[in-house]
Amino acid sequence: MDWQAQFKETFGIKWPKLLESLGQTVYMLGWALLIGAVIGLLLALLLVLCRKGGLKQNRVVYAIVNVYVNIVRSMPFIITLVFVFPLTRLIVGKTYGSTAMLVPLVIYISPYMARLIENSLLEVSPGVIEAAQAMGATTRQIITRFLLPEALPSIVLAMTTGTVGLLGATAMAGYVGGGGVGDLALTYGYQRYNFPLLILTIVILVVFVQLLQLLGNRVSGKLRKHR
Amino acid sequence: MIQINHAVKTFAEGKEAVHALRDVSLTVEKGDIYGIVGFSGAGKSTLLRLVNGLEKPDSGNVVVAGQDLSKLSQKELLLLRRKIGMVFQQFNLLEGKTVKHNVSIPLLLAGTPKKEVEARVKEVLRFVELEEKENAYVSQLSGGQKQRVGIARALATSPDILLCDEATSALDPQTTESILLLLKKVNREMGVTILLITHQMQVIQMICNRVAVMEYGKVVEEGSVLSVFGTPKEEVTKRFVRTVINDQIPEKFISLVRNEQRNQQVELLKFIGDAVKEPLIANLCRMDGLEVNILGATIQEMQGSVMSVFILQLIGSGERIALAEEKIDSAGALRERMVLEA
Ligand SMILES: Nc1ncnc2c1ncn2[C@@H]1O[C@H](COP(=O)(O)OP(=O)(O)OP(=O)(O)O)[C@@H](O)[C@H]1O
Ligand SMILES: [Mg+2]
Repeated sequence: MDWQAQFKETFGIKWPKLLESLGQTVYMLGWALLIGAVIGLLLALLLVLCRKGGLKQNRVVYAIVNVYVNIVRSMPFIITLVFVFPLTRLIVGKTYGSTAMLVPLVIYISPYMARLIENSLLEVSPGVIEAAQAMGATTRQIITRFLLPEALPSIVLAMTTGTVGLLGATAMAGYVGGGGVGDLALTYGYQRYNFPLLILTIVILVVFVQLLQLLGNRVSGKLRKHR
Repeated sequence: MIQINHAVKTFAEGKEAVHALRDVSLTVEKGDIYGIVGFSGAGKSTLLRLVNGLEKPDSGNVVVAGQDLSKLSQKELLLLRRKIGMVFQQFNLLEGKTVKHNVSIPLLLAGTPKKEVEARVKEVLRFVELEEKENAYVSQLSGGQKQRVGIARALATSPDILLCDEATSALDPQTTESILLLLKKVNREMGVTILLITHQMQVIQMICNRVAVMEYGKVVEEGSVLSVFGTPKEEVTKRFVRTVINDQIPEKFISLVRNEQRNQQVELLKFIGDAVKEPLIANLCRMDGLEVNILGATIQEMQGSVMSVFILQLIGSGERIALAEEKIDSAGALRERMVLEA
């Protein structure tokens, strides 16, 4: 028996099926992370700039963003997922498949990222911002030359934390129709009492998280090197 | 160069109103090193921040280099700020970046061509004597070196005015002195007008030509350093002056004065600059029927001039003492009778 047959024998699925699932997970994770991080960053900047004492203090904008972030963050992902089905259909045209799942994933992760990044931005010394203002920097220059570069190492760590959270959500999204490793575990592993497959997916997820964290720490550490 | 007219600034701290500035007026002339001294919370930083528009007065106005700040557009204000350098107590540098990067930032913000940036950075770093640290990271520098970078950064855009908010308060005395000398050099060689705030009278003494004393959001006393040090009027000012000029009778001599049975008077004498031409104390000693004891003496240098303070115990008849006082007054020394509480 060759190893592929052995694999099928042990885990109850074909080897390419595992690869396909992995691909789906990476696809969902990657795109949701990218889009979610960008939206999260924008929301975080709005929060930091518009907050009381911020560079562009604006009560209304702050209140709206703040409440939005709180509401979405207080909803469990599975609820968000079902809740935004109409929106998903509107954007993607269907409510199943990895691409369709990006809509709820992004909606779920961006406020989470926003909070994490907001914290990173608030860590930047107010003195540095004051110095920037005193130099005659415009708000845009303050953001691009002071705020973001100073917060970057911390933002990288925040994003790592966010990504690990996102991985959990992709598993759920997979079960509802997105495919991926989570779907594999639940549909093929749990429902068919395939214990070895369940273990395999857990190992894969654990390794995934470890690698992400390692990468995040490395990058952040590199950026922080001279502080 | 800088004119602040009747500035009022009140902050809302929860429900309470904090009166940071209550009707402050101030004029800084071109070429001045103007010091503002006051205890914590007096409103010094708020006043300083008016000058580059980081803080706007509730009422009153601020005129810098002939421009009324309240009449400037946001863009004009940003341009003006490039002509005003600012130095901070906590340096406020990008710690993870190189010295060069930090100093070049204000130039890059102003859109200076890369080549010119290089040259200018080298130039200011040479001026603050930190050339060889160009590629060092700020986090690797000592406090004094960091402040030199802070000053270099502030000078990069060739400003006309330098604002210093407690620039030496985080430094040890020796480093403080070297930074103060650097500021003096900036003033002399670059012709930069300096407005600095501090709670250390030594700083004022060492480099300022004018001083304002602030208390509870008001300027309570203002004038040339020599006159404020020589004849402080307000209680706060006296307290500040006392931190550098000791005009107290040494503990050891107090009992000496108390136990004196003969008629006596203790006098505090101040000689400012070369106001006193004759050897006054020697002349007093030569007076018949008068005994002169020196209880204390200090000499302070400021603004290229000297101020000496003597505490004299005069023993003799009332008439003799009166004559001595007359001599002191006519010689041009400042005189104050000291009263010892029992
Ligand atoms: N942005 C602000 N919001 C509220 N209160 C403020 C603000 N800035 C200053 N204050 C208050 O105004 C008063 C004067 O502050 P300021 O910083 O000007 O004092 P200072 O003389 O510089 O003191 P220090 O020597 O401690 O720096 C203080 O009571 C301070 O709490
Ligand atoms: Mg202050």
